[in-house]
Amino acid sequence: MRVALFVTCVNDAVFPATGVATVRLLERLGVEVDFPAAQTCCGQPQFNTGYREETRPLVRRTVRAFEGYEHVVVPSGSCAAMVRRHYPSFGAEAASLGPRVYELTEFLVDVLGVTDVGAYFPYKVTYHPSCHGLRLLGLGERPRRLLEAVKGLELVELPGAEECCGFGGTFAVKNPDVSAAMGADKITNALSTGAGVLCGADNSCLLHLGGMLRRREDPLRALHLAEILASTEEEPWQ
Amino acid sequence: MSGTFVGMPSFPKAAHEAVGDATLRANLRHATHTIRDKRARAVAELDDWAALREAGKRIKDDTLRHLGTYLVRLEEAVTRAGGTVHWAADAAEANRIVTDLVKATGETEVVKVKSMATQEIGLNEHLEAEGIAAYETDLAELIVQLGEDRPSHILVPAIHRNRGEIRDIFREKMGSWGRPAPEGLSDTPAELAEAARLHLREKFLRAKVGISGANFMVAETGTLVVVESEGNGRMCLTLPETLISVVGIEKVVPTWRDLEVFLQTLPRSSTAERMNPYTSMWTGTTDDDGPRTFHLVLLDNGRTDALADEVGRQALRCIRCSACLNVCPVYERAGGHAYGSVYPGPIGAILTPQLRGTTSDIDASLPYASSLCGACYDVCPVAIDIPEVLVHLRERVAGEGGKGHRLEKAAMKAAGWVLDHPSALAAGERLASATRKLHPKRLPGPGARQWSDHRDLPELPAEPFRDWWKKNRT
Ligand code: SF4
Repeated sequence: MRVALFVTCVNDAVFPATGVATVRLLERLGVEVDFPAAQTCCGQPQFNTGYREETRPLVRRTVRAFEGYEHVVVPSGSCAAMVRRHYPSFGAEAASLGPRVYELTEFLVDVLGVTDVGAYFPYKVTYHPSCHGLRLLGLGERPRRLLEAVKGLELVELPGAEECCGFGGTFAVKNPDVSAAMGADKITNALSTGAGVLCGADNSCLLHLGGMLRRREDPLRALHLAEILASTEEEPWQ
Repeated sequence: MSGTFVGMPSFPKAAHEAVGDATLRANLRHATHTIRDKRARAVAELDDWAALREAGKRIKDDTLRHLGTYLVRLEEAVTRAGGTVHWAADAAEANRIVTDLVKATGETEVVKVKSMATQEIGLNEHLEAEGIAAYETDLAELIVQLGEDRPSHILVPAIHRNRGEIRDIFREKMGSWGRPAPEGLSDTPAELAEAARLHLREKFLRAKVGISGANFMVAETGTLVVVESEGNGRMCLTLPETLISVVGIEKVVPTWRDLEVFLQTLPRSSTAERMNPYTSMWTGTTDDDGPRTFHLVLLDNGRTDALADEVGRQALRCIRCSACLNVCPVYERAGGHAYGSVYPGPIGAILTPQLRGTTSDIDASLPYASSLCGACYDVCPVAIDIPEVLVHLRERVAGEGGKGHRLEKAAMKAAGWVLDHPSALAAGERLASATRKLHPKRLPGPGARQWSDHRDLPELPAEPFRDWWKKNRT
């Protein structure tokens, strides 16, 4: 099978390791990966801040970049949700991409039909389901099932897991105090689990939480799910 | 809307105070988490919840589509039953109508059952200015009134107060409003409730005029409905000689049968009860039973403007259950007062800017008072897509180009240009990566600085993904 990787602008510029991990993981599972270089950003930040007209060219660009691919895989629940839930409001051409876009865990579980991807990650992990993956995409138990199947990994339940971490795109800038209070509570909950890794499937949330963690110097690290799933005994995550 | 909130700072500024108030945050956290867990259990008991939610949405949408027809039908039915209907275009008109009606009775005191509509128009303040004392009789509303405070929740206006604070308010203030608090009042719920009961009983038995709102108005019969937990509302509705109900025009439902849906979804969503303890229904006047005179004031106050907005009008479906407040992570931290309106939380963030417009600082900031997490949409018993309306209103605010938005728009445009030119984007990423050792951990500039007050910026990678790809896969 051949798929297009939609790496997302945040991953491209700030978290390339997530993109690399996604490529390695998919290739390990026998999937051929393309990276259409015409892709940039899905337009979510503009759209959610109220700049619909500024979003339009990015929607057009994204749809064209993935023309002809039956499966487009994106390691971000919120970008997948943007395409699937909000692109239809930009017309029929834009709407055509939605059904072909798969968030990474959806692709693994629903399309490839695997939950055990042969990963090895000997750490205690807690999982934060990002809001858009959780509510707009309905990822449900997929990420947890994938994590549970990872060899060596101990999955511990995050208290208040389904509460928003407070990132919310430009919300973090426009309402910094509330955003930080939400993030602090999320981190307190994550620390209470005793886990060493706070796992998420959306790097924008992890940018926010990871940034707070770095400031606090706690023994907890934010990590994208793809990097955990890409890690094997032969090539462990480092 | 209410004069009480004029001159409120924008939401982020107002929230700043609340976030720093540890007692407030603890009170809110405790209250919202308790009720949200209970609500989830109460809703899970019904296996047809999704169908009820859909039915509620449909009934409200159909009614809104033909609102004029149903309101006229309602007016006819109320009049037939012996009531009088008044139409109020805005707060000032509604206040004037009610004041004139009270004055015509010769009374200078009224008892009130908790009502969002009368709070919205600032009726109490208006009556006071006209020499009429309005006594709130809902327990939480009484606490707010005695404490000279503002309500901070639709259903539990004193949610931000704990028991100790309430005891202090009762001890200090009850005496100046009527019967004082009993000696040695403690902060046990039973003693607090008893103190309120004694205080209020005196008022119920004296009052000749009652003022209420209504949860629903049934067009076919002209019946008004109030659901409540305490029974104080029922006393306000039945004991006085004159009853004046001020109700938003969107509260009408076509038929009696429609109540079957809402009387299931409302209590479970709001108080997590299978059924609310008191449901009072009144139709016009009846000889020798209840008020001799009944007036219904139908309030517009921005509602037809909201109705004209295709995306925004769904906010008028709201049945004021407050479930969205109780699950909202932003409300939980910022508290109800930060929203600068009698409608706080997610529903306030979409309803208030529609009713009042977006010209003031606070109103223009409300559509941004959300992380768009979507929890509110999930719990809403009439399926209002609050995130959708928030984004829609952001478009309106950004389009109006107020404070800061011109700069933001320019930045969005510039970013948009770069993002529409992959080679420029790649060059920018490469430059950023190459100079990464020079980057500060904190950002300069307003907004950005606050962002990095709480977080470190991530260290940029040595190379962006697209360069890795080029090197390793092509
Ligand atoms: S918007 Fe929905 S959840 Fe919120 S108060 Fe109204 S009906 Fe309840």
